[in-house]
Formats: sequence, C-alpha cells, structure tokens
Amino acid sequence: MEIPKSFLGYKRENGRAGTRNHVIILPVDDISNACAEAVANNIKGTIALPHSYGRLQFGADLDLHFRTMIGTGSNPNVAAVIVIGIEPKWTKKIVDGIAKTGKPVEGFHIERTGDIGTVMKASKKAQEFSQWASEKQREECPMSDLWISVKCGESDTTSGLASNPTVGNLMEKLEPLGVHLCFGETSELTGAENVCAARGATKEASDKFMKTWNEYNDFILKEATNDLSESQPTAGNIAGGLTTIEEKAFGNFQKIGNLKFIDVLEPAEEPTKGPGLYFMDTSSAAAECITLQAAGGFNIHLFPTGQGNIVGNPIEPVVKLTANPLTAKSMSEHVDCDVSKILSREMNLSEAGDKLIETALRVANGRLTCAEALGHKEFVMTKLYRSA
Amino acid sequence: MATDIIIHDKKDNVGVVVIEKITPKQDCKCWIMENDSSASIQSVDEIPLGHKIAMVDLKEGDTILKYGHDIGKVVKAIKKGEHVHVHNVKTKKW
Repeated sequence: MEIPKSFLGYKRENGRAGTRNHVIILPVDDISNACAEAVANNIKGTIALPHSYGRLQFGADLDLHFRTMIGTGSNPNVAAVIVIGIEPKWTKKIVDGIAKTGKPVEGFHIERTGDIGTVMKASKKAQEFSQWASEKQREECPMSDLWISVKCGESDTTSGLASNPTVGNLMEKLEPLGVHLCFGETSELTGAENVCAARGATKEASDKFMKTWNEYNDFILKEATNDLSESQPTAGNIAGGLTTIEEKAFGNFQKIGNLKFIDVLEPAEEPTKGPGLYFMDTSSAAAECITLQAAGGFNIHLFPTGQGNIVGNPIEPVVKLTANPLTAKSMSEHVDCDVSKILSREMNLSEAGDKLIETALRVANGRLTCAEALGHKEFVMTKLYRSA
Repeated sequence: MATDIIIHDKKDNVGVVVIEKITPKQDCKCWIMENDSSASIQSVDEIPLGHKIAMVDLKEGDTILKYGHDIGKVVKAIKKGEHVHVHNVKTKKW
C-alpha cells in the first residue's frame, strides 16, 4: 500500500495540528467540577473534564498535576480552554501554561464569587470560544503532524500474536514519515525490561529506561502485600490465556515493532527531541496511561485489545483493534479495526498494518471512533502519593 | 493454510490455540511464525482459544519459553499436549 502523505487536521497557533477541535472546560480541582460541568451543560460544543484531585498536593505529585492540566489544555486537539478553579493562583498558573501555545484560554476562580456567578461569567466566555472554534476548518497537514500514542488493554495471547504486532508494523511504516510515537506501561514491561532497555537508541536512553523501570519495580515490591498476581496479569488477561507478567510483557513489547526509542519521558511530559519513538513512564491502567499521553501532546491513540477493553479519552481519539475473533464478534461496537484474520492466516501482518493505517487516517480526518460514538471520555489523573 | 496452534519462536516449548477450542486427542496443525514452518501435536486436554499447549514434556522447575524468552517456571509437571496455565506455571518476578 502506498501510504498517504497527508491528513486533514486543524492547524493551531503554535504550528501543531489537531485531529479534533474541542473546546474544553477544565476544572483545576475536584470542588470545581460542578461549575465546569454546569458551563459545559450551558454551552453546546464544549466538554467538561471533571476529575478527582488538585487540592493540597505537593512536590512531584503537584508538579505532575500541573503538567497534566497544562498539557491537556495545550494538546492540539483542543481549540480553546476555559479553566475554573477555587483559588486564583493555581488557576492562573494553568492558564499561563496553556497560553504559551497561543490558543484562546481564560481562567475563572470561584472564591468571592460563588458557583452561580462563576458559571455565568465562564459561560459567556465559553460561548464565544465555542462559536469561534466552530468556524475552524480542516486543512491538509503532513503526516509528520500526527503524534501517535499506543497502549494495549484487556490483553490476551492474541494481543501478542497479532494485534500488538499490527501496531508495530504501523510504527515501522510511519516512523520514516517523521511521526512522533509513544509507548508506556512501565509495570507491564516486567520480564522484558532488559530486552526493552536494549532498544534504547542511545546508551543514555537505555540507562534512563532501566532507572525508571527499577524505581517502579522497587515501589511495587515495597507496596505489594504478597505479589501482584491478583492485578498483573488481570483476571481478564488470565481468562484470555496469559499466565505470567513476563508473558504479558513480551506480548506488550510487540507494539513497537523493530523501532528504537530516542528518549524516556516523565508522565505527561512533552517530547522535545523531534520525531521518532518515545517511552513514557506511565501506569498500565488504560485511562491513566492515555490521559498522560494526551497531556504529552499526542493527538491520536491506537489501542489493541484481546478480551475487549472499552476505554476512551475526551480529547484524544482512541482507535481500537483486536485479533480475537470472539471479541470482534461479541463486542463489535467497540472495535474500529478487526485483524482477527491474522490468526486464521487469511491476512498477513503487513496487510493488517495497512488496514490499521487506513483506519487511523480516517479517524485523524474526522471519523468518530467507536469509543467516541459510545460516549467514552475517561479522564483520569495519575496521583503519585497522599495529599498534605 | 489455516492452523490450530501458533508458535512464536522455534525455541518455544508452548504454542497458542487460535481456534475456538481444541478437544482431547485432537490432531492439531501448528505453525511456527519465526521460520514459517509447520509441526503437529495431539492434544491431551480441552484447551480454549488463546490458551497454551505444551509442545514437550515439562518437569517441575523447567522454564517456559515463548517469543524465545523466559516467561515463567513450571510448578507442576506438564505432559506434552496438556494445558499450560496458572495452575502449573508461575512468574519468576515479584
């Protein structure tokens, strides 16, 4: 297949391009969710992103909170942002961070005004943003404007056999076009950590990966009551035939094909070393991982599943593929790309990779994913430890 | 070209069932992906889609190889053709 040279995206002020054109209402903290949701309810064409945190966090955990908030607002799939927080200082910090992209952003704080007054003021601005964004048109953008993140979920042995290698095949074909790529799931590389570290493009990248993995593994060993066998693999993984974390890890690792990663990113960190593959330190929980990758600036997500994970994200479209014929049949409303014919050898890996590229481009051009059509918009912040 | 079992690497001592299930004493066709070769095996147990079958006899303490790599240890002897899963294999991690 000849790979298209462009897709239709929304060009942003900072030179990036979006596959979506969202106006988001972003609460700074848990207690501002009600206000944000009221604004999104008032003004059509906007979406609120409620979450559970943002109060009394400190240190690295607070840094991650701000990085996730600012990164989410800065994502090119977002046209404009209303930020609502209880206090002015943290609200302004997030507004200022997003404003660096040049996109319209305005902040409102609730203290001394109350919910009703804040909802009124924020709704007026949100209406302005929504109508402004509605006139934006899709334009031809080079493939290098695609920033693709990947994560697998409810994996089974068909993931390692076929759907993850299909993602790897896509990566091998798109990397030469200057696409940014990102994989994560630190804990789910356990057992394959040395093989993964050897894929660092430089010694520095390899060492950084091992340091990240060791820190995560030490944390798991410290907190675990016996072992992680109740969580990794999950009950769904085991039902699908996966037996150990090592088996899951080698299957997971198939998603990067034969590529090398050029850098290791902190959770929600934006890559700065140019096109190519990055590893991001993330949890292996689907919604947490995708939320962090979206905050890192990735604008389309590929999600291979075995037993049928149904996750979505409010700003980054999640394209699902499966190679499990039972999942493709019984959960078809969740499957954007069925590659189960690989198992019956009616389709080879390269054909499956081409099919996934076609599907991903249709989504990049505007086709709603299954998760979008079904209303999945899981926005889940990663929290590192207890608040003060 | 259709196959009942796929084996990732020629070093592997387990294969993955890729049809809805195999039944006891079924003569199964196997495809080894790495070198595009074929093999055959008779099953002992019923094994569902996605689950593993032992390609050789395995004793306690043996290492399970899949993708050509170590994916865990045998904790209960397994005969060629039997189901390989959490009841007879455990992680070496954690």
